[in-house]
Amino acid sequence: MAGQCKKIMYLHRRAPYGTVYAQEGLEVVLIGAAFDQDVCMAFVDDGVYQLKAGQDTSAVGMKNFSPAWRALGDYDVTRLYVERESLDERGLREEDLMPLRYEDENDDWAEKSSIVIVDRKEIGRLIDAQDVVFNF
Amino acid sequence: MALEVNGKTLDTDEEGYLSNLGDWVPEVAQAMADADECELTDNHWEVINFLREYYEEYQIAPAVRVLTKAIGKKLGQDKGNSRYLYQLYPYGPAKQACRYAGLPKPTGCV
Repeated sequence: MAGQCKKIMYLHRRAPYGTVYAQEGLEVVLIGAAFDQDVCMAFVDDGVYQLKAGQDTSAVGMKNFSPAWRALGDYDVTRLYVERESLDERGLREEDLMPLRYEDENDDWAEKSSIVIVDRKEIGRLIDAQDVVFNF
Repeated sequence: MALEVNGKTLDTDEEGYLSNLGDWVPEVAQAMADADECELTDNHWEVINFLREYYEEYQIAPAVRVLTKAIGKKLGQDKGNSRYLYQLYPYGPAKQACRYAGLPKPTGCV
């Protein structure tokens, strides 16, 4: 890899079930985490539903993979940007999302939240700042 | 492929991972280890049980780097290092131990 570190964003836009995008996208994030890049994720539009607490898939016959989001901190993916307007438009608040945390090794392993609520403009700036954006 | 355990035939994928997580009983790990000519000690079981708990909590089989770190946190640094884990599971601690534990192949392992 010649020490090359790229800024990579995984942009999740779709509801968690009904298509495989959300779950496959998460899988790509977990695989990609092995490559020591500068990784963040962003959740916009129906993608914000992916982080909703208390998911129950028993009626749709799909695996509830939402507990896996809690493992992201172990994979050093610690910046999950969630668009405020997308939450608002869906009647969701930050408290409706799963509490996702990581331990900051540069701060004596203090537990911190991985979720950062940002507005639409800021999402735009973040996307602009990436070398690579993967859409799911 | 299939695996014979307690007189029952269990489905596995082409690499020997159980197709059905719910089929797992401790004898599955024993049967797989026998086939690999690997003797399961308490230290092996500790990793298998750890993986099953991890999967129960997070619904994924951890990559080896994550497994190593998590074991270090739970069982101490003398166990949370790749040298120790590779001694127990020479085919790769995540891959081999996940297979014995009845989990899918870890995400990110090729």
